[in-house]
Parts: sequence; C-alpha cells; structure tokens
Amino acid sequence: MLKSRGLRPIQVILILVALSAVSITLFMTVGAKGSWGFVLPFRGTKILSMVLVGYAIAVSTVLFQTVSHNRILTPSIMGFDALYILIQTGLIFLIGSGGVAMLDPCLLFACQVVLMIVFSGILYRWLFSGSSRSLHLLILVGIVFGVLFRSLSGFMQRVIDPNEFVVLQDRLFASFNNVDTSLLAVSAAAVLATSLVGWRFMHTYDVLALGRETSINLGVNHTRTVTIVLVLVAVLVSVSTALVGPVTFFGLLVASLAYQIAGSHKHALVLPVATLLAIVCLVGGQFVLERIFAFDTALSIVIDFVGGIVFLALLIRGNTR
Amino acid sequence: MIEICNVSKTLGDTIAVRGVSLQIPRKGVTSIIGPNGAGKSTLLSMVSRLLPMTAGTVTVDGLDVTSAPSDLLAKRLSILRQDNRISSRLTVRDLVEFGRYPYSKGRLTPEDREKAAAAIGFLDLEDLTERFLDELSGGQCQRAYVAMVLCQDTDYVLFDEPLNNFDMKHAVNMMKLLRRAADDLGKTVVLVLHDLNFASCYSDYIVAMRDGDVAHQGTPDEIMRREIIRSVYDMDVEIQDVRGRKITFYYT
Amino acid sequence: MKRLLLALFVVMILALVSLLIGAGDLSLASLLSSWPGENAMQVLLVSRIPRTVAIVLSGTGMAVAGMIMQMLTQNRFVEPSTAGTVESASLGLLVVTLVAPGVPPLVKMLVASAFALAGTALFLRILRLIPLRSALTVPLVGIMLGGIVSAVTTFFAYRFDLLQSLNAWTTGDFSGVLRGRYELLWVAFGLTVLAYLAADRLTLAGMGRDVATNLGLRYRSVVSLGLVIVSMVTAAVVATVGMMPFLGLIVPNVVSMMMGDNMRRSLPWIALLGAGLVLTCDIVGRVIYAPYEIPIGTVMGVVGSALFLALLLKGRERLA
Repeated sequence: MLKSRGLRPIQVILILVALSAVSITLFMTVGAKGSWGFVLPFRGTKILSMVLVGYAIAVSTVLFQTVSHNRILTPSIMGFDALYILIQTGLIFLIGSGGVAMLDPCLLFACQVVLMIVFSGILYRWLFSGSSRSLHLLILVGIVFGVLFRSLSGFMQRVIDPNEFVVLQDRLFASFNNVDTSLLAVSAAAVLATSLVGWRFMHTYDVLALGRETSINLGVNHTRTVTIVLVLVAVLVSVSTALVGPVTFFGLLVASLAYQIAGSHKHALVLPVATLLAIVCLVGGQFVLERIFAFDTALSIVIDFVGGIVFLALLIRGNTR
Repeated sequence: MIEICNVSKTLGDTIAVRGVSLQIPRKGVTSIIGPNGAGKSTLLSMVSRLLPMTAGTVTVDGLDVTSAPSDLLAKRLSILRQDNRISSRLTVRDLVEFGRYPYSKGRLTPEDREKAAAAIGFLDLEDLTERFLDELSGGQCQRAYVAMVLCQDTDYVLFDEPLNNFDMKHAVNMMKLLRRAADDLGKTVVLVLHDLNFASCYSDYIVAMRDGDVAHQGTPDEIMRREIIRSVYDMDVEIQDVRGRKITFYYT
Repeated sequence: MKRLLLALFVVMILALVSLLIGAGDLSLASLLSSWPGENAMQVLLVSRIPRTVAIVLSGTGMAVAGMIMQMLTQNRFVEPSTAGTVESASLGLLVVTLVAPGVPPLVKMLVASAFALAGTALFLRILRLIPLRSALTVPLVGIMLGGIVSAVTTFFAYRFDLLQSLNAWTTGDFSGVLRGRYELLWVAFGLTVLAYLAADRLTLAGMGRDVATNLGLRYRSVVSLGLVIVSMVTAAVVATVGMMPFLGLIVPNVVSMMMGDNMRRSLPWIALLGAGLVLTCDIVGRVIYAPYEIPIGTVMGVVGSALFLALLLKGRERLA
C-alpha cells in the first residue's frame, strides 16, 4: 500500500510531477518513426487531450464526493456521462444526422454542455435534496439512471437510422483510441473557465466536506455553493465524455488513491494530487499498453476492471461513509 | 428427554459454551436464565441443530441432532429464535401453514389445515389470517411465528426469548399458553427468559447459565434464592414470597 | 383461479398479435387463402412461431429466475443481471467460443451455465464478507461484480475480435430466432417447471436458513438447486436471445405486491407476467419504427430501468 507518512505534501506533489513528466516524455518519444515535425504535434494533441481528461475527471470526482459527503459516489457512477451521451443523442435525434454534420462542432458542444448543466442540475438537486436518502439508495438509483440513459440513447440511435447507426456511433462517440481532437480548443477553454470559477471557492471546499449542517453553521451558503459545484462538475464531465467517452471507474480510482497518498483532506492538496495521478495513470497506462503490450484500446477496459475491484473493496471494508 | 453431553462452542477466540452437560426431562416447562452473553441462545441453537457444535453431542429422545435426518427431527423438535425477520411477503395463514411442512412437504391435507386453523385460533390471530407479515406490528408478528411453531406440533418446543415485542398482557397470555401446551398437550417447552419472575411463576425447572456453563439448576424454589441469583448475575436482589410464588425485586 | 385464466387469455392474445406482425406479409386472411398460403405458412412455421415461443419461454424463465434469486438472497433487488450471473454466462460463452468453437449449442450452454453458477456463487461469497450489509448493498455488489467480469470478457472479446458476438449476448434480440436456433429455451422451460415443483422448498428457503432448517428443510441443497436453475435458465436465455435487463426484478416485485411471496401461488403469475411483459416490449419494438425493429434488450432497458427506478424511489421510505 502506498503510504507517505514520511513525505511532506510538497514532496508528494513534486514526485508526482516528476512521474507525469517522465510518462509524458516517454509517450512523446519512444517508438517515434519519421520526422519530429509530424510526430510531435500528432502525439502532442493526444497528450493534451489526455491531460485535459485526467484533470477533468479528477477534479470533478473529488468535488462531487465533497458535495455528496462520501467517498464512493462519483459522477460517472451516478450516470453523469451517460446523461451527456443521452443529450448528445437526443440533439441528433431532434436535428437529424444531416443537420448535425452541417453544424459547427463547437456550437454543438456548447449546446450540449448547457443542456447538460440544466438537466443534471434538475436531476441531481432533486436527488440530493431529500432529507434522509440512504447512500446505497442513491448509488443504486444513479446506476439505474445510467442504464436508463444508455438504453434511451440506444433506442434513439436505432430510430435515427438503424442501418447507419454504427457509422454514426463511430463518428460521434469517442473512446480512448479515438480521441475527438476537434473539440480540443473549446474543451481547454471550458476547463480553464471552470477552473477559474472553482478556484474562487477553494477555501470553502474543506468546510463543505464537513457536512451540510456544519458548513451552514460555519457561515457557508450551502445551497449556492453546492449548485455551483454541480455546474462545474457538469461542465467537466461533458468535456471528458466528449473527448474520450464514458469511463465509469476512473474517477473513483484516482480519488481514492489521492486521499490515500495525500494523507490529508485539504482540497488544496488532494485536488492537485488527484489530477497528477490521473495524468500519470492515463498517459503512463496508455504508454505501457500501447507501446509495450501493443493493446491499443484496452485502457478503459483495464480501468473498469481495476476500478470495479476497488469499488468492491471499499464496500467490503465498509468505507462508504 | 433432551440430553446435552459435554457440548462446547468456540466462536473465533471466545468460548461461548464450555462443556455443558444437561438433561431436560420430558414434559413440563424448563426455563434457561442467565446474564447476557452466558451462552443461552447459543446452547439452544445447538440443541436445535441450527448451529454446529464444536464438541459434544445432543440427543433428543435418543436421536443425535447432528446426524439424524433433518426432516425427522423437524417432527420432534421445533425452535423459535429471537429476531425473526422474514423478508418474504407471506400472509399469516401462509406462514402458519408452513409449520406443517415437515408432514405434508407442501401438499396440505385437510388435517394440516385444521391444525393450522387451531394454531391460529390458539394465538388469537383469526382476524389477521390474510394480512401480510410486513403489515403487522412486532407483537402480532411474534404471535404469528409462535403459531407457526405450535402448528409444527412437535414434542419439544424451544423458544429463544419468546416474550420479545410483547406488552404485559400478551406476555402473560403467552406464558399461560405455553403452560397449557405443557400441561394439556404434554409438550416439553424450553425457554430462554430474561424476566426472572416469569421464569419463577411458570416453570417446572430452571437452568441458570453463566460464562458459557450451567451454574445452577433446580426447581424454581431451589433457584430463586438471593445467593444463587447474586452468583449468577453479580447483583443483589430481594426475593419475597408473594402468593406462594418467589418474586424478585430488582427495580430499585 | 379465474383471474389467472384471464391473465392467461391476455398473454395468449399478445402471443397471437406477436405472431401476426412483422416484416413479411402475414395475416390470417393470407394464411387461410390458398395460393400465397404456402409461403405464409412457411414464414409462420420457420420464423414467427419460433420467435413467439422464444419470447414466451425466455420471459417466463428470466422472471422465475429473478424470483428464485430474490428468495435465495432474501433481497428484493437481486436478479440475474444484478448478481453477476448474466455477465459470467457471457464470459462462459466467450470462453467456449474461443476454445472449442465447433461444439453443439447445448454444450455451449452447459459451459455458460457452469460459469454462471461459479459467478453467482462468488457473488454470494462476497456478500458474506460484507459486514452490516443493507438491503441495497446487495444489488450494488452484484452490479459491480458483473462490471468486473464483463471487463474481463470485453478484454478477451476485443483481443480475439469477438466483440460482435459479445454484443449479441449482451443485448437481447429476438430477430435472429428461427426454427432450429431457439430450442435450447425448452431447457429453460423445463427448469421453470422444476422450480414450480420445488416452489414450497424455495419459499421456505426464502424465509431464512434458521426457519428452513427448523422445518426440516435441507437448506444447502435447496440453495444449490435454486442456483443451478437460475444459472442454467440464464445461460440458455443469454445464449439464444441475449440479455433483458431487470426483467427478473420487475416482475417478481410487482407480483409480490399483488399477492405476496408464497411461490406455490405466485409462480404462475410471475411466469405469465414475465411472458406478457416481454411480448409487449417485443411488439412495441417491432411496431414503433417498422419496418426496422428495435432490439428487445434496448426496449427492456428503457422499460425495465424506468420501472426499477419507480420501485426504488417509491419504496425508499420503507427501505431507509
């Protein structure tokens, strides 16, 4: 087990920074054939999207866990990314696939993000506002919502055009081996904007984590902050899902590890640790699988496998505060 | 007769029951008393083959409970444990009729139905027969379980704290009912009880357990004594004869 | 009894409707008239009847399997797709397709059953490890276990280019059902009948180990019997038509609310309602976007998860 009692926080972060730098360098250079002028930009965009995804997933998961006061809920377990895909499919369903092809992808993405904020806001505010919801009920409801969203998307995809839906699916729904780089710039902008907003509330996260009653008692405007955090989470999940598609357990994996390694509950520390861990896992994992084992799309499968086991272990140890 | 011979039970590092030997005679009411954690429930579970024993043997009318066929034993001995929580949605009638399972294996004969109806009547449940268990109060539920066990119609009936969930009136009714089962129907009733006065008033025989072993046994008159109760519970009580019964006072 | 006959009648009407709709022209008139009759009869015998029979058998089987699971775990939210059973069965199918592609379907099904059995047993084992489990942890563990198993399956399917077949097992689809390709489901039907014969034992097992033992039931052997039935039914259904999510969860819960859990009484209802629900979903899937058809797995995914959510959120006061 990773324990860093002896290390000071800054050392932990420095080590992780070094590790990410190493994995990025390895990913950029090893096995490169042909001119650097081609390889560097090609791999660079891949790296950039992975860094963005890692950042988005890590931050959204940690914040979501803070808001929901537990360490086992994550946006993807609660069906956020399935909701994004549903919205995406729903838009195509309404506009028609021909219309989508003509639309500017950035505009489309913006529409999806706005819809995502509205719907996730309504849905999850409603779920979390209940007085005594048991945690397990919430997770189960989230998972089933995920199934519902996925089935609904599948349903609409069939109705859009049963013959071409596979082609459509390939074009519209990204995965780790098929990163949708056309959205990179707008994604980066979205992430930057949310980070700026999120940064302003940095000091309240630690208080928020103490629970609703305590934080109200300490003078935090709980309802408003939770709403803002949910909006941030919605944007970040949209970004990561648009770039690489849904990754159910990655957030859980990174967040649990981050709390272990950081050995602290301060968000100023946990957030960067989680982000760096996410980058190391994604870039390093992709590098190892792709360059060493030559398994090019296995990363999300491996993540689901390991993440599922972590989740079960958390349940078995009763760590579901 | 139930013969318990050198029975022990270890759960992890702790010894719950250590080498108990005990004979429970046929007919009559036997109460087992003792402080929390004395091993009463564990002993009862082992006697009724619900819990395997670490060492020792238990025979019921000569049948070894660990080796005798389970369905044969189910016609000789029945047990009602505490905290019965059945998650299935069953009606009271369903539940009581399942008490006939050892005989009918699910194909109820008219005689089975009669016995079930009698047990339902015995416990005053006629108005509730078609209600589901999850719609009943704790006391009503407990009565339904007792009816089921009585419907099983075995010579030996074991109850682990049968008075749980009962108010005063139902508790007294229950004890009277068990007394009647012993006197009129010739059953052997074994109870784990926490209320010493109930044990004193309704039993023929009392077994006092402490630290996984039998500390004392005897008739109520022999057991309901100040020094014996003190040695079992580490607590001073006052015992008085009230209308020919030994009653303990420990409330103040 | 009267109500049961009425329900049977409704299911038979649904089955008739299911026989009459579809891509090829098939009406009662064309069946009865002489000259295109042969062709229509052919469609009926080769495709329509097998399809409708497959729907009825798999709907019945999965609903009953769900009920048995709920009895064995004493938990209302468990069914083959929330206990790792389905995912293990697909893993078994994948393994047998990789190792011995040529074996007959029955052997494939048996291998899948063995995997399903192992997966479900593992699920029960993990449950015992969890201290103080609430009613809702149980399906959660099952879904997670299913996720882990299916990650393994996807990995190998990807490595060996079998994602296409994997997809067929994971989403239910009756459009491929033809004469000669659905007969395994009769095995599932036989097991459903077996479950009815053992209904009393299974109900007793559902009352918990202690109560069952007290009544002279050999608890372990009944649990084993139940697990074998569930695994084989699941494997047969997954192998022939694929998965229908939450079917085995919705139907027993609805029936339980109506008439309780005495399986001797409720099992016929569960069977009928299961068949009726799948028939309805299949008809919807075929009609809504004719001439194309939406696979039953997708329709059931929408209907099943929506109903499951309703059950969860409606019953939450009781569960909390």
